[in-house]
Parts: sequence; C-alpha cells; structure tokens
Amino acid sequence: MNWRGDIHIDHVTPPEANILRALGVPNGHAVNSRTRDAVAAGLEELRTIAEPSGVFASVDRSHFADIYEGDGDNAVPSPLAEIFPRADELALFAVTLGTPVSERIAALFTSREYALGAALDAAASEAAELTATHVTDTVLAKLRHAGRATAETRALEYSPGYCGWSLTGQRALFAALEPGRIGITLTNSCLMEPVKSVSGVVVIGPAGIHDFNDDYGFCTDCATHDCRDRIRRISELNT
Amino acid sequence: MSILETIASHLERGEHDEVRALTETALAESIDAATVLDEGLIAGMQVVGEQFRKHEIFLPDVLMAAKAMNAGLEILEPHLSAADIKSQGKIVIGTVKGDLHDIGKNLVGIMLAGAGFDVIDLGKDVPPERFVDAAAESDANVIGMSALLTTTMPSMKTVVDLVKSRGLDGSVRTVIGGAPVTEEYANEIGADGYSFDAANAVECVKRLVEG
Repeated sequence: MNWRGDIHIDHVTPPEANILRALGVPNGHAVNSRTRDAVAAGLEELRTIAEPSGVFASVDRSHFADIYEGDGDNAVPSPLAEIFPRADELALFAVTLGTPVSERIAALFTSREYALGAALDAAASEAAELTATHVTDTVLAKLRHAGRATAETRALEYSPGYCGWSLTGQRALFAALEPGRIGITLTNSCLMEPVKSVSGVVVIGPAGIHDFNDDYGFCTDCATHDCRDRIRRISELNT
Repeated sequence: MSILETIASHLERGEHDEVRALTETALAESIDAATVLDEGLIAGMQVVGEQFRKHEIFLPDVLMAAKAMNAGLEILEPHLSAADIKSQGKIVIGTVKGDLHDIGKNLVGIMLAGAGFDVIDLGKDVPPERFVDAAAESDANVIGMSALLTTTMPSMKTVVDLVKSRGLDGSVRTVIGGAPVTEEYANEIGADGYSFDAANAVECVKRLVEG
C-alpha cells in the first residue's frame, strides 16, 4: 500500500492552546491581547503559506528490520526494536509543510518581526506534528478499508532521533521511501530540509504493543518524556 | 513620568513606534545618547527580562519589546558611535555544525542585543573553526553555541577545545545551550557557562563578561 498527496491545511491547523504552549505559556495561563494577536497572526500566516503533503509506503517486518538497523547506531535495547516485531503492519512515512514556511520564518526574523516569526515557527512545528498524525490516521483508515485492520487496531508513529532510534537511521529510511518525491531532502547530518518535516514508521497493531516503561538508558537525556502521553492517548487515537 | 521612564514604559509594552519617536524627542531635548540607552531602553528591557523570568509575561511580549528596543537603537546608534560608547560586550553566536534549528539561537541573539551586547550571529550549521575564527577576528568576549540535537552536541566540545588550543581561553569564554544540553554536559566539556533559556543566557553572558 502506497500513498502520496497533498493534505488540506484544515486537517493540520493547530489549536491556539498548542501554539501558546509551544511558546512557553503554561496550560490555561491567561495571556494579554498582544500575545493573542501575535498567535492569531502566526496561524493566519501558516494557513496562507503552508503546503502540507505526505507520503507513506507499507513495508514488511524483515525489510523494516534492515531499515531500522541503518548505520548500526541505535541504542540497545530500545522500545521500537521490541515493538515493531509485534506489529500487524508497518508503513514508512514522511510529511512536510513545504519550503515557503521556513523561508517566511527566516524573513520575519530578518525584518525584526520577531514575535510573528516565533508564533509562525511554533504554529508550524505543531502543524508538522499534526500532519504526521494525519498521515498515521490515513494509513490506519486505508488498512481498515482494505480489511487489514479492525476497529480495535491502533497506529502510532515513531521517528529517527527519538527513543533510541538513531538519527542516522534517516539514511536507510530515505533510501527506501524516497521523500524527495514531496520535496524533502536529507543533509549530511541527517536533518530534513525543509525543517518543518517529520519522518518515521507507523506501527499498526493492538494498543498494548506500544506500552513500555521510560527507563531505558537514553530516557535520562529526554527532557519531555512525552512517550507517556502518547501511550496514554493510544487507546483514544485513530478511532 | 520623565521621558526616559516613558520610553521604558512603552518598550515594556512593545510599542516600537512610540519608542522610536520618543527616542528622537529625547535626543532633540539634548539628553545624551548613552543616557537614553541606559535609562530608557536598557532599563525597559531589564524590566521585561525580570517579568519574563517570573512568568508574568511570555516570549511574544519579550520579542515585541526587543523590536521596540531595536527601533530605539536605530535612532541612537549614530550618536553612540560618534561618542565612542562601548557596548556591554561582544558575543559570537551560532547553531553548531550539522544542526539547522536556529529559533533558540535567534531568540538568544535578540535578547542579548536587547541587553546592549554587540551580537555577531554566524547563523546555523556553523563549523567549529568558524566560531573561533570569528571570535578572534572580532575580539569577542564570548562564544555562544546552540544545539537541538544530541548528535550535534560534540561539536560544542570541539569549539571549546579549539579555544584552548589556540590560547584564547584567557580572553574568550564559551557558553552553550539548547534543548538537549545540560549544565553537566557544559561542565564535562569544559564550557564556561550553560544557559537553559534565552533570558538566562543574558544573565550568564553578563557574568562571563564581568569575569
């Protein structure tokens, strides 16, 4: 199963609360009208210039095992190494908001429109994550439509650079998926351009396969531990 | 309220047009540029920095204040140059080699400029040699490095080591920051300072410059 296409901005526009949180405003904290106006303007810019698109391709477990091994830089053990062999299906994916967003953020900082630049940057980061989630949902919907997933099946995405999957894993992932088809390229240091892009693997199967403790060696270096929220939400996701 | 207090007050609210106009008025009233800078613009930014640290205001407010600061500085700069007014210090900043994430570095640069520092921004994906060359050529006091990825953090150690191997460690201090960077890592690689956010970076650089 393969898919490539544009995604309507309505599907990936982040709520104001998410942008405020990305700008360092604690949940539920009141903000003044200037901040609210900056966030609204950033959202408007995003909706005007973002070009969300995505690509995914099914991959069997043995092929993904090779891709995951990559350059051999992964942490051992790691959650994904234990999770993907138990998956019903796997799909490589990549999404991007396109080049204009990154160029606009840079231009805003150059012209000293700092607040708007920061608001757009935060909005774009949130939108890129939502675009990845949208593609994950699309993978699961197509599998269900094809009779390859049930109503109880869940899908969750994992990305190189997180949870022990080395960033250098991008090389094998890019070789297999070819995200250049939607304009994403890889730098020598394995970063994606445009910057507001996300890549990885969608792991499809029972919710329970994603359950792991955050006590791996690399977890001590993780500032967010947002895997906890991801695991908690998995039972509500993709329904 | 004096005109300098009024400048500071408008700056705190991010009102750049008012700050620009009042800065021109202050100069027209023969208030010297250094006084307008210290008691108007920098005084206002100090209040903003304090409110930010106390979580009374948030990043967008700080950035609007920084834009207002710049509006005032544009008016003052020719006068400050003519009077040979020294900046608070000079800092070379950049995102380290291999890293393309520059929003945090940009915010640090804005905050430092707002605090009166002379900021040389080398951009992103900056090779270690370029940090050190730029610091040596510009007589900078501090090199500030940012990284968002653990994979690019070793480049920070390369810069710290280069500063020492070139015998610059007596005059050039190093400070590091970024999401995965910790104070322990700064100590481990021998960096002189560590900052966890943009506001803290200003305080850290001030301490380093003051020795």
